[in-house]
Amino acid sequence: MDQKSPNMTIDYVGGDVIVATLVDEKILEESQIQALESSFLPLIEENNPIKLVVDFSQVRFLTSSVLGLLIRLSKKIYESEGILRLCGIQPKIYEIFKITRLDKVFDIYPTRQEALEGLV
Amino acid sequence: MAANPECSPTQLELPGTMEAAERLCGELLQEAVRKGFGEEDLFAIHLALEEAFVNAIQHGNQGDPSKKIHVQYSITPSRFEISIADEGPGFQPDALPDPREPENLYKCSGRGVLLIRSFMDQVQYNSKGNQVRMVKFKSKPGPGKDSNSPPQNVL
Repeated sequence: MDQKSPNMTIDYVGGDVIVATLVDEKILEESQIQALESSFLPLIEENNPIKLVVDFSQVRFLTSSVLGLLIRLSKKIYESEGILRLCGIQPKIYEIFKITRLDKVFDIYPTRQEALEGLV
Repeated sequence: MAANPECSPTQLELPGTMEAAERLCGELLQEAVRKGFGEEDLFAIHLALEEAFVNAIQHGNQGDPSKKIHVQYSITPSRFEISIADEGPGFQPDALPDPREPENLYKCSGRGVLLIRSFMDQVQYNSKGNQVRMVKFKSKPGPGKDSNSPPQNVL
């Protein structure tokens, strides 16, 4: 079953893989970060260990506060031996990951299809 | 916003809130579009503005809305220049831990200054560390790279 929260769409794929598609074109306000965190945390707690793919294909702009959110989420996910994959990151945003070397920290795939390989 | 003469910087004093900063940020980006900046330059300017305003409001002024943000900017067809100052005690940007070092990679903050320095062409802090001056020169389109293409939904 697919669900919607204000800032993302959730798809369950193959039974136990969750694909969260971020729907805001720009993620920069603290309220957006808090809303995303409030949506992700219960998902991670209720699906333990989670297999989570975060799809950025609709995101055109973000700031370093989103990187902070991803790191907080990844710590929670890795603590419980879950899997986190990112996909669909636009080239200009990928540059932010490269500059901060977070492209070495996160598993990043070009497409949602490739991110799902080996998970379902 | 009234068009500012090309050579005389515009000075503004903003309330220390992100709402005020977002409004100004939108106006500055619109002005940069009018001056012919392309999509890649606008992305860089937008990112640097967001990071600098967050630093000034949340870290410099420590979220105190009674403290002001002081802005001086000049946008010409060839360069975007802005100074953003807060009323906080300042900080030493060169003393910040490098967020790219392995021991800092999993820290949740501390990347804003690195991104500003990476995306802007000139970045200087005053000696107190409560004012940043940033410059972006308009990129020229090169072969296979159309950084001056009209922006698509950048704002």
